[in-house]
Amino acid sequence: METKAFQKIYTKIDNITKATVTVRASDIGIDELATVNGRLAQVVRIDGSEITLQVFSGTEGISTSSEVIFQGEPPKLKVGDDLAGRIFNAYGEPLFGSKEVVGEAREIGGPTINPYKRLQPSEFIPTGIAGIDLNNALVSGQKIPFFADPDQPYNQVMANVALRAKADKIILGGMGITNDDFLYFKNVFENAGALERIVFFVNTTENPPVERLLVPDMALTAAEYFAVDKNEKVLVLLTDMTLYADALAIVSNRMDQIPSKDSMPGSLYSDLAKIYEKAVQLPGGGSITIVAVTTLSGGDITHAVPDNTGYITEGQLFLRKDSDTGKVIVDPFRSLSRLKQLVIGKKTREDHPQVMNAAVRLFADAASAKTKLENGFDLTDYDERTLKFAFDYSNDLLSIDVNIDVTQMLDTAWALFSKYFKKSEVAIKEELVNKYWK
Amino acid sequence: MKTTGRVVGITSNLVTVKVDGAVSQNEICYITLDGVKLMSEVIKVSGDMASVQVFESTRGLKAGCLVEFEGHQLEVTLAPGIMSRIYDGLQNDLQKLDTLFLERGIYNAPIDYDHIWDFTPTANEGDRVVAGDWIGSVKENFLDHKIMVPFKLKGSYKVKSVAAEGRYKVTDTMATLIDDKGVEHIVTMVQKWPVKEAVVAYKEKPRPFKTMETGLRAIDTFNPIAEGGTGFIPGPFGAGKTVLQHAISKQAEADVILIVACGERANEVVETFVEFPELDDPHTGRKLMERTIIVCNTSNMPVAAREASVYAGMAIGEYYRAMGLKVLILADSTSRWAQALREMSNRMEELPGPDGFPMDISAIISSFYARAGYVKLNNGSTGSVTFIGTVSPAGGNLKEPVTESTKKAARCFYALSQARADSKRYPAIDPLESYSKYLEYPEIQNHLNSFFEEGWVENITYAKTLFLRGKEAFEQINILGDDGVPIEYHDRFWKSELIDFVILQQDSFDKIDSNCPVDRQKFMFNAVLDVCRASFTHKDFEDCTQFYKQMINDFRQMNYSEYNSTEYSKYLSDVNELVASRKVTDL
Repeated sequence: METKAFQKIYTKIDNITKATVTVRASDIGIDELATVNGRLAQVVRIDGSEITLQVFSGTEGISTSSEVIFQGEPPKLKVGDDLAGRIFNAYGEPLFGSKEVVGEAREIGGPTINPYKRLQPSEFIPTGIAGIDLNNALVSGQKIPFFADPDQPYNQVMANVALRAKADKIILGGMGITNDDFLYFKNVFENAGALERIVFFVNTTENPPVERLLVPDMALTAAEYFAVDKNEKVLVLLTDMTLYADALAIVSNRMDQIPSKDSMPGSLYSDLAKIYEKAVQLPGGGSITIVAVTTLSGGDITHAVPDNTGYITEGQLFLRKDSDTGKVIVDPFRSLSRLKQLVIGKKTREDHPQVMNAAVRLFADAASAKTKLENGFDLTDYDERTLKFAFDYSNDLLSIDVNIDVTQMLDTAWALFSKYFKKSEVAIKEELVNKYWK
Repeated sequence: MKTTGRVVGITSNLVTVKVDGAVSQNEICYITLDGVKLMSEVIKVSGDMASVQVFESTRGLKAGCLVEFEGHQLEVTLAPGIMSRIYDGLQNDLQKLDTLFLERGIYNAPIDYDHIWDFTPTANEGDRVVAGDWIGSVKENFLDHKIMVPFKLKGSYKVKSVAAEGRYKVTDTMATLIDDKGVEHIVTMVQKWPVKEAVVAYKEKPRPFKTMETGLRAIDTFNPIAEGGTGFIPGPFGAGKTVLQHAISKQAEADVILIVACGERANEVVETFVEFPELDDPHTGRKLMERTIIVCNTSNMPVAAREASVYAGMAIGEYYRAMGLKVLILADSTSRWAQALREMSNRMEELPGPDGFPMDISAIISSFYARAGYVKLNNGSTGSVTFIGTVSPAGGNLKEPVTESTKKAARCFYALSQARADSKRYPAIDPLESYSKYLEYPEIQNHLNSFFEEGWVENITYAKTLFLRGKEAFEQINILGDDGVPIEYHDRFWKSELIDFVILQQDSFDKIDSNCPVDRQKFMFNAVLDVCRASFTHKDFEDCTQFYKQMINDFRQMNYSEYNSTEYSKYLSDVNELVASRKVTDL
């Protein structure tokens, strides 16, 4: 950070903790940025003339005589068209030797959009993955996370979704991702010739964890620039939100706040909501769609991070390995897209909702048949048929390596229905059965 | 002169102010930052230091900023013109804000002060009146919006004059009242009321004695809610709380619906105000928006205003109740409000109660729910506020403080079960866990038995028992295997499935099935019970399964068909044929 004229400089630090320093100063605003010995810091508490600053990269080596320079403004990002195709660190500074962005500096974490000015999301975002398009269709302006254990290929699926989603801009906020994953994303987008549509904000595991807290706001400020100012369709990818929440917990712990469930701060819900609620369908035609990753520990969704996330986002996508086909599938039971009703059967073929439900119900019957089998009971003829259906359904539709359009997905489902079941067993409205039964 | 102060400390949205005069708890104040005034509320006073929670972002706020105290608590403006509006938690009219973004410090008028209303007087010169009594009325949409003696007036008054029939603005004098000391009081169409205080301008609050139709079989038939009653819907995410609340808000038999979106998703509010102006109220045929008021503080809006939003919703509801109207308030979700209280209590470094919530959370929740109720007004009319809140328990665990506190306060419990949601059995209201305390009220039992038919309450109990026995049979089948149990177990299990699929489950996204009027519910319930009471012969359990699957399919087709249409009758005769083919005797 360069120094500017009229900046206030202080050289006497009173207190130093692992993450914060306290200095006596006046006329300082809350959330204002400063540098402490050249490291970026933010004002988090004011008590009379005592100003507490959170130093993003930690306070190691800071001395009581270190120089504190206040910037007089909150964190900002320079926005402009040449954000596209570049990679930034958590502070919004370009990496890999690229030059500064020319444009207006905007406060990050800005105000909320008036809910009345929002439009109802109504555009279907096809991904080619049937586990998503058929059962959990995505809609522009939606916010949805992948709930996945760390060993699952969520970053690959997310990269596929991003490339097929036909967004004008893709903004990737990487929080605590490994350098390998970062390079993976970079290569995939490069190979697909999509790098020009992409803006990266990266905090890898090599960077201090608290810096991560800036990444989502940076990414969404860039997203709002393209969606609001330029009326573009923007897809924001945030990975991994659990690591973001961990950073929140670190800060709140160092600020002596009473932790709530799972050592997370009591404000976790609001903190996450502020990020996810930036997803919006705008009246000018632009939109921000957020696809995030929340890693789970052993599939536990009752942990505070996935739990609060689930209450905020419009559904969630679960990946799991199907033991019969050996493929990774999008779990039809636990996954949910809350906005799918706005597009399925409307932007897609009329039979979509009923086909989707019938297939999932039959898949559930197969699951109970499987339990029966495991408990050593005889299977009925119907049970046998559901098991065969389940195998094909997993293999031909739920598997993440499927890439077909929605009409093909529906046709495939009808073909499976007629292959294994009687019309009455499928329990779909008669007029649809008459029209589409294969 | 107003009390003023200066900011001395700031942590997030908790600000400490050194004051130069008297301040009161919950008093509203404005902090000036670069010419922008930020609304705040006093939440603690100690010596000359007041802790205030700011209803806006505090970014950039500095020590030394000027604070002006207003001398009153957070109030709502009550007047004709509230109906159909979309407010934030501080009663700003969101439709009237021009900017795309909600800039802080921008407050606007909750009603249109220039609108001209057609007033019809009802009070006469010389009448004795008290707070809440009607002076006259204006037409607001299709409702008679009563102009009342302000709730704040204490004691009784004599009407000196009433405005003649004619066209007036809300600020015009509609009546002049004289108190016992001969002092005159002007009554306009506008009054203000502190949101945290209950409006008690009624004669008595009897126990609820009749039910309110919601069009949902799982509620109306199985666990009905009383008019003026309270209920809550806890459930893990994805269990369908919001869809259920939306269904209730669309179909409920009420004059006024208040939707309080508290700390929830903005897109859900969008859904309401996009759809409601288009959808018809099934009871009056008018557009839903004509009877709906939305108060929204979505999850990304300032946390402190969440609490304000639920109270504002309640106060507006009480205002319409005082006009003799049937009001339904839906709040989604009260957990977010509790969390807002927790965040603030944490910042104030109070000793935490269970799960970090403030110790008095239980008291706050029960005194809030207590504001609902059926009331008899002074003039003999009746009005009601029915309140249904959702609760979002952390991790779906119902043993958390907000759920437990609410359970003590609310009389209907609609527990949404993850297992039902996972198997797509919507609405996921768990028929065994859920209850309606109103079913135990003799006055409600009498009402149900005369409204539906004699023996209705017994039938509900019977159906619930059948359901329970079916579930037990299912467990036996799972343990012993299909062949390991007598065929009656299968029959019993499938009867409970029949109740589940035909009565409890309802497709909120189907045009016809989504709303099931009570006469239709009565017919369906009796039809299903007739089957349940009959005994059938089955060759084997597969035969039994096929039989009931076919029957469920036919019944469901009925649910999807227009009531009493040819289609409906066709499926009904299919059911009857099927029953006749297997029936042995009535049980």
